[in-house]
Amino acid sequence: MKRIFSVIVENEAGVLSRIANLFSARGYNIESLNVAPINELNLSRMTIVTEGDENILEQIGKQLNKLIDTIKVIEYSDDVPYVEREMALIKMHTDSSTRAEILRIVDIFRGKIVDVSQNSYTIEVTGSSEKINAILNLLEPLGIKEIARTGKVAMSRESKQ
Amino acid sequence: MSGKLKGAEIFIECLKKEGVKHLFGIPGGAIIDLHDAIYKQKDIEFILTRHEQGAVHMADGYARSTGQVGVSLVTSGPGATNAVTGIATAYMDSIPLVVFTGQVPTHLIGNDAFQEVDIVGITRSCTKHNFLVKDVKDLAYTIKKAFYIARTGRPGPVLVDIPKDVQTASCEFEYPDAIHLRSYNPTYHGNPKQIKKVAKVIEQAERPLLYIGGGVITSNAHKEVLELAERLQIPAFTTLMGIGAFPADHPLSLGMAGMHGTYKANMAIQYCDLLISIGARFDDRITGKVSEFAPNAQVVHIDIDPTSISKNIKVDYPIVGDAKLVLKELLSILKDNNKIHQNRKKWLDLIKKWDSEHPLSYEDSDKVIKPQYVIQLLNKLTKELDPIVSTEVGQHQMWVAQFYNFNKPRRFLTSGGLGTMGFGFPAGIGASFANPDKQVFVIAGDGSFQMNLQELAVLATYKLQTKVIILNNSYLGMVRQWQQLFYGRRYANTNIEVQPDFVKLSESYGIIAKRVEDKKDVEQALTELINYNGPYVLDIKIEREENVYPMVPGGAPLSEMILT
Ligand SMILES: Cc1ncc(C[n+]2csc(CCOP(=O)(O)OP(=O)(O)O)c2C)c(N)n1
Ligand SMILES: [Mg+2]
Repeated sequence: MKRIFSVIVENEAGVLSRIANLFSARGYNIESLNVAPINELNLSRMTIVTEGDENILEQIGKQLNKLIDTIKVIEYSDDVPYVEREMALIKMHTDSSTRAEILRIVDIFRGKIVDVSQNSYTIEVTGSSEKINAILNLLEPLGIKEIARTGKVAMSRESKQ
Repeated sequence: MSGKLKGAEIFIECLKKEGVKHLFGIPGGAIIDLHDAIYKQKDIEFILTRHEQGAVHMADGYARSTGQVGVSLVTSGPGATNAVTGIATAYMDSIPLVVFTGQVPTHLIGNDAFQEVDIVGITRSCTKHNFLVKDVKDLAYTIKKAFYIARTGRPGPVLVDIPKDVQTASCEFEYPDAIHLRSYNPTYHGNPKQIKKVAKVIEQAERPLLYIGGGVITSNAHKEVLELAERLQIPAFTTLMGIGAFPADHPLSLGMAGMHGTYKANMAIQYCDLLISIGARFDDRITGKVSEFAPNAQVVHIDIDPTSISKNIKVDYPIVGDAKLVLKELLSILKDNNKIHQNRKKWLDLIKKWDSEHPLSYEDSDKVIKPQYVIQLLNKLTKELDPIVSTEVGQHQMWVAQFYNFNKPRRFLTSGGLGTMGFGFPAGIGASFANPDKQVFVIAGDGSFQMNLQELAVLATYKLQTKVIILNNSYLGMVRQWQQLFYGRRYANTNIEVQPDFVKLSESYGIIAKRVEDKKDVEQALTELINYNGPYVLDIKIEREENVYPMVPGGAPLSEMILT
């Protein structure tokens, strides 16, 4: 089972390595990990996508909580509806035969061209990971040069009542 | 000159505020300033060990025997790496330590400077938490946090790495009285609803069983455990770490369970209908084959560390909280009536039957000295003294666990989780510093003793009441036992007949020592050792190929014990 955790941590030196270390020391998988400081004083938010059975996921949640620098762990599941997004930058080889097709695909996916050169486009696209996989699939035969993905970030949805 | 202090002086002031009396370690270039500050004061005594591993184990023995935080101070680089085994040992057994390491000056960090190691990185997974102090202004608060984190919640070792320039820089000194960390708030009080539920389950159980771990000692909950056992007539076993948390001489005591546990304890686990685990973590040495562990039981698990709960086995009634507080609450609502006692008779009779079928036993001999005989005799001769007994790791450790009856907590010191050979001797010395009026007996294997015997120098310096008894089989006995039972008697690299003459070696340090090779001399020799006022080393040549039984082979269910 895949699971997304958001972890709010003290923005201290070494906190990223404590988390990475926890996963490697206990043999848990990290599929993607995203970290950046957030608004509040000296906090960072990490989004970790991981995989495991129910027991392992429960342990991961507890172990993350146990770290002294952890302030809060949010675990998303069906009971905790959430939005997730990922951003990708995709650099494409271009020539006269592919430019139009690339633009069409980017348009369908509501992406943006953020950099252009003689024979390349750099595309920015945001969405669910599935959406990003889908655009990559379509672009693949047209000549991808380089890909950078952020990994997922996630946040719980507010209740609608 | 305002009220500014140097980092090194701040270090001393903080330790005083924390009530530290003893520091164990070895100096070096990166902490010479701290040692200079130590030299200039009288409140804290520095114990100069001969190896940093010994220093950390001493601080550990100090902590285990008192419940206070043990403190060690070592230099950067090799001093710090030498300390790692000690730190990991304390981590696995949840022992509160603060270990200070010197570090190269901040401007050299990351340069592969002389005696630089990234000790914070190295110890990340074997400390509860660790800190690198980069600014003298953070020093006092970091030390405060280190002690607070070490002793609260599930205790553990905390490392504080102090670069040389932080020790020499100055700032105003202020030590906070209280501390609050927004990211660290252990849960002490158990969920009241859950405690009520558990009270019901306990009242209804026909064959309840208490599973007592080291957490009971940490939380000082032994009285509450005893009250629970007595009021509801619930038999109790302990883990290796829980030894002493339940009186071994009590009629409801089943001794230790697990790989070398008693027959009755292991059978009781397999037949109980309610297993009440308090401050234990279902280690594989206790459970045997997990899928066949306690197959008939519902499980209650009281523990301060949520990660311990449902880690290895599924728990039906988890309670996260401090054992003492949870038990107090539980005891206040439990009903104990005669009906419970009557129902219990059948269960206790069954246990009695198991005990009479296969009690802990060994075949004594007049020709050779049996290790179990030595421990039983020591038990008899020292009962009134209420001593502390520290062990190394191996067969001798298990014989102490089986044949020495501990009736009080903090009397049995042993490396349970990590199983560190070389722990017992320095830990015993540390316990002697903390308990100068008590006798401390170190029961050592000949192999383990050789891992930290350089600390004889500390014994010789301080003339402590630390008495070392070597159960000498000239084997790495525990490994040899496995080779005998499971590897066709191929004794690969376990024969250690080449060893120092421990008597002469001790004497070379000025320590009284004796050797016993004949059974008829054992009692006399033990008596002399007990009555001697000061350190003493007794080398007892025991039956070389004695085995520890019962034994549950690794990975087998508890019911499959090898009995003899
Ligand atoms: C530092 C360390 N190295 C290796 C081991 C593996 N080990 C476990 S018990 C044992 C033998 C211990 O020999 P000894 O101290 O003589 O005790 P005995 O079993 O003979 O009583 C060994 C090598 C260990 N536990 N710790
Ligand atoms: Mg031996």
